[in-house]
Amino acid sequence: MAVVVFAENNAGSFKKASFEIVSYAAAIAKTMGTSVTAVVLGSMEDAVAAELGTYGASKVVKVSDVSLDTFESHAHAKALAEVAKAEGAKVVVLANTYSGKAIAPRLSVKLSAALASGAVALPEINGSFTVLRSVFSNKGFANIQLDTDVKIVSLTPNSYKVVADGSAAAVENRSLGIASGDFKSTSVEVKKVTGKIPLTEAELVVSAGRGLKGPENWHLVEDLATTLGAATACSKPVSDMHWRTHDEHVGQTGITIKPNLYIAIGISGAIQHLAGVSGSKVIVAINTDKEAPFFKIADYGIVGDAFEVLPKLNEALSKFKAAN
Amino acid sequence: MKILVCISNVPDTTTKITFSSDNKEFNKAGVQYIINPYDELALTKALELNEAAGGGTVTAIHVGQADAEPNLRKALAVGADDAVRIDAAPIDGFFVASEIAHYAKDKGFDLILCGRESIDYNGGMVAGMLGELLDWPSVNVITSISINGGEAHLERDIDGGREVLTAKLPFVGSCQKELTEPRIPNMRGIMMARSKPLQVLPVAANTAHTQVATYAAPAPKAGCKFLEPTQVEELVHLLHTEAKVI
Repeated sequence: MAVVVFAENNAGSFKKASFEIVSYAAAIAKTMGTSVTAVVLGSMEDAVAAELGTYGASKVVKVSDVSLDTFESHAHAKALAEVAKAEGAKVVVLANTYSGKAIAPRLSVKLSAALASGAVALPEINGSFTVLRSVFSNKGFANIQLDTDVKIVSLTPNSYKVVADGSAAAVENRSLGIASGDFKSTSVEVKKVTGKIPLTEAELVVSAGRGLKGPENWHLVEDLATTLGAATACSKPVSDMHWRTHDEHVGQTGITIKPNLYIAIGISGAIQHLAGVSGSKVIVAINTDKEAPFFKIADYGIVGDAFEVLPKLNEALSKFKAAN
Repeated sequence: MKILVCISNVPDTTTKITFSSDNKEFNKAGVQYIINPYDELALTKALELNEAAGGGTVTAIHVGQADAEPNLRKALAVGADDAVRIDAAPIDGFFVASEIAHYAKDKGFDLILCGRESIDYNGGMVAGMLGELLDWPSVNVITSISINGGEAHLERDIDGGREVLTAKLPFVGSCQKELTEPRIPNMRGIMMARSKPLQVLPVAANTAHTQVATYAAPAPKAGCKFLEPTQVEELVHLLHTEAKVI
């Protein structure tokens, strides 16, 4: 019996989402009176893999088949399923990233295991196993009861605090003989965005709407994002008008995000937009209209003209950054 | 090509979501239902692919109850050739995927397209489960697709970027924004939709892995602290010392 956690291998290192899910898995294992086995697929130095012990893994199984350096949902799900079975997994935890979302459903069928995707809190385990996840694109939550022997939970990034109170874990290298036939699609090229913080991973987000009047004014938003070390986002009308690309559109039919800080500039706050960002820990709204719906869910608000406020805010933040 | 498009029936995006007083049910009274916006992209892309290929059929499938039929007629009006409704009250994503896999397995489809997730339950699992149940490739969050000689050339969103990939037909794809713009039915389409076949089939696998125990509304916000446009330094100070986010 074990809690198995899938730590995504990002070209030989881990991202914060992996430390979150190992910490999360450790809390589940403690409740169940068992331990955490972390699984890493593909090439990685043992010393890097061993770090997962810091976050609560007792053991790291590294499947070192180099073919797994290329992501493919079926091959990765197969490798993970084999380790999960060998370890006697009762619960498998993944991060609800694009990779996690591609693997988890396949794994669910392979293991005949119930899947709760997008969990936002620890499960309640007492006879039954229920976990809270957001539904209706963040307009509500549901406690989902998982009725199978083995359970799979994929955790929304930035939903659980990293706990680093352990020490390096033993790393066991395993070869599973994943063959080319296990790859059902063929990766041709991976184009990573460089010099920009990906919106789905960002802890701080600066976002703007039609109040900015045109794409030529976006330097105000980008300057603020650069000062803060934040990602940039936008409202649906802005991406529909092609002022910004679709991958920046947050909201019910765009990306749902959960950063620590969301600064909304010149966005009135349509219900669809609010759904996509309401999980943010702290929201700052800047808008000329004091009746803008955004102020109803904001923690801090400034009723004012973005063109006046943004340069001053950028200056104040630069000063703060220089001093801290 | 013979394409199957999975359609989910979801509350309109402007819907205010409320639950019953015992938190066991979602309040459906007065809610307008629409075709899931990502599924509209799947439907439009299926039509475009067949237009580019010079022929083919598009079947729209829905697992759910009779109240979804107006939206299946809408899918027919947009251009689907026929529609299938598996008559059931779906319980979870696995339930839906199992029914669709059961229907599709011996029909000779070249491609199954879904939305990347439904905007009601946001499970995002049907495409991957279908791929596994049918032993087909599955490619998530597709932003571009072209098909040539039995092979698809695809682009999809990945964490922090894009991936270019190829997959052999048949496969399952889940559609992301940017793939296309949804088509709106015209009068001719609406007239023709009335006489297109809409088949109702009984539930087959009837199996679920999960159930909703209770719902919960988001916690109310404490209220907004307003600052003057001149108080930007105060705002920075509060974000650092009070909110502790910078």
